[in-house]
Amino acid sequence: MPSFIKSPKDFFAGLLFIAIAAVFAHGVLELQIGTAFRMGPGYYPLLLVGLLAALGLVIMFNGVWAEGEPIGVVAWRGLINIVLPVVFFGVTIRGLGFVVSLALTVFFTTLASGHFKLRVGLANTAVLVLFGWLIFIWGLGLPISLLGPWVGGY
Amino acid sequence: MDFISHLALGFGQALTFSHLLYCFLGVLLGTIVGVLPGLGPVATIAMLLPITFQLPPVASLIMLAGIYYGAQYGGSTTAILINVPGESASVVTALDGYQLARQGKAGFALFTAAIGSFFAGTVSTFLIAGFAPPLAQLALTFGPAEYFSLMVLGLAASVSLAHGSLLKAIAMVILGLLLGTIGQDLYTGVPRFSFGLIDLSDGVEFVALVMGLFGIGEIVRNLEHEMTVSVLANKVSGLIPSRAEFLSTIKPILRGTALGSILGILPGGGALLASFAAYSLEKRWAKDPSRFGKGAIEGVAGPEAANNAGAQTSFIPMLTLGIPSNPVMALMIGAMIIQGIVPGPNVMNDKPELFWGLIASMWVGNVMLLVLNLPMIGIWVKFLSVPYHLLFPGIMAVCCIGVYSVSNNPFDAYTMAFFGVVGYLFVKLDCEPAPMILGFVIGRMMEEYLRRAMLLSRGDPLVFLQRPISAVLLIAAVGALVIVLIPSVGKKREEAFREEVK
Repeated sequence: MPSFIKSPKDFFAGLLFIAIAAVFAHGVLELQIGTAFRMGPGYYPLLLVGLLAALGLVIMFNGVWAEGEPIGVVAWRGLINIVLPVVFFGVTIRGLGFVVSLALTVFFTTLASGHFKLRVGLANTAVLVLFGWLIFIWGLGLPISLLGPWVGGY
Repeated sequence: MDFISHLALGFGQALTFSHLLYCFLGVLLGTIVGVLPGLGPVATIAMLLPITFQLPPVASLIMLAGIYYGAQYGGSTTAILINVPGESASVVTALDGYQLARQGKAGFALFTAAIGSFFAGTVSTFLIAGFAPPLAQLALTFGPAEYFSLMVLGLAASVSLAHGSLLKAIAMVILGLLLGTIGQDLYTGVPRFSFGLIDLSDGVEFVALVMGLFGIGEIVRNLEHEMTVSVLANKVSGLIPSRAEFLSTIKPILRGTALGSILGILPGGGALLASFAAYSLEKRWAKDPSRFGKGAIEGVAGPEAANNAGAQTSFIPMLTLGIPSNPVMALMIGAMIIQGIVPGPNVMNDKPELFWGLIASMWVGNVMLLVLNLPMIGIWVKFLSVPYHLLFPGIMAVCCIGVYSVSNNPFDAYTMAFFGVVGYLFVKLDCEPAPMILGFVIGRMMEEYLRRAMLLSRGDPLVFLQRPISAVLLIAAVGALVIVLIPSVGKKREEAFREEVK
């Protein structure tokens, strides 16, 4: 980490805000701004983008001259093991259907814990799929097919 | 008497079989998540939002509200018995409550917490019934300029009372407002910020956003320092206190109720702030402040009454003005919008059964909580032994099915995953995601009022200062922010939230 950054949390938070403002600023370019009297679709977002960028700058400069804490350890294992299953669920729910997709998703999730044991993970998965079916499909009547076309369902 | 007839209408609603059932479900769930460390009311309400799609509006709001105030009860149980506040508003309860438990007075502390909460809940229910109608009447006279300024005040106050860096909190609010602009422009229908994705043309799905931030993001955060809590709970005995003991709790409960009710009404207030403030008030009021931290019953009675009073009166600005004062209220507003109800002063006139039914249900819920908590305390303690590695896959499952059920669109799952990462990232950078939700929820309304006000004033921004009510609201907003920047107040604010670290 460069030595001029005294408070990494502030510095990178500021940088993140500026980056987000830049993305939205790019989007504002396509929009009509209009006048204060007759505001176009881009007027209010432009105001917010300006404010966000300005605040981001101040926060970033805070990180350069005020002492602060380091960012700390990022739980990569947890992050990957939790977020990827969600994406997996989205990709497969239509194809695999409720039972298979949810079971695999939940089982992958249990791997995120340091206390993972195969038997407990499988049991937990079975219980959760059953409860999920009971509450959402049987109870609330959600229109999700139990087995999708990829596994011979409909 | 309007007051009586309104309450009668409310209780008529709240006492129907199905509403009693949903109220019970809500307070039961609230108690459980209040007890479970690592799962709070915000995440729970976020997870249940999709389920409320399937329920009628009154039932769903009754249930969600029950979760919020039920969690205040449950959180205090764990705070007292094992020094682990199940919920952030119970942090101060742990300070003296746990000491009492170690002295063998766990029963007395739990009894005081429950009675204090119940008393505060009863008083604040009637406060809402009394204060809400005049406030809504006042709000009906507001024009777009006043509404815009009111929202500025609401946002300013909520960031100034949140803990952590003020600048970052403001930036998070602005980011929330900006995320709210994604989707079609209200006036022209032009798509904004769709980034080439058709699925974004209707805007960011609220349920996916909050589940990502508070469900998925929280799990990752909790997994960071995963630990198995081996719980040796203190034995509960002597639930009913002696006469002298009981009398000593009355005054702190009264003070806590008063303070909590006031702090709850303020934008930005709510249970958390109320409990911290009540603890310092009791400490200052006491003849012998050194007893605090060593098992002073006032340190349980005051904050417990205050947090429940604050939790309930924070419904006042939400119900009458449509302004969320904390993340839970933002979720409630989200739930109303999902049900097709426009939050604001008209709710009371257009949907009196919803408004009064919800209020009456709070009192009914408080009675249920008293019964649930006092005699059945042993059961809740058992929930403490549920280890987190068995719990979080369940949270995941509910989030995944829930978010997909909103519109059977896998894109919502991707949105949830995205905001899970974003939420975790922001937390690592000391940026609380809660203010962002407040901004997101009222972003659209704020833009509409701004544009209407500017149309009426022919583009003159001074209109916000020329209209007296609007000017007062804006000055109060600036005041709320400036006060925090004054060094001595800023220090106090940090101190108030630092108690929890000790």
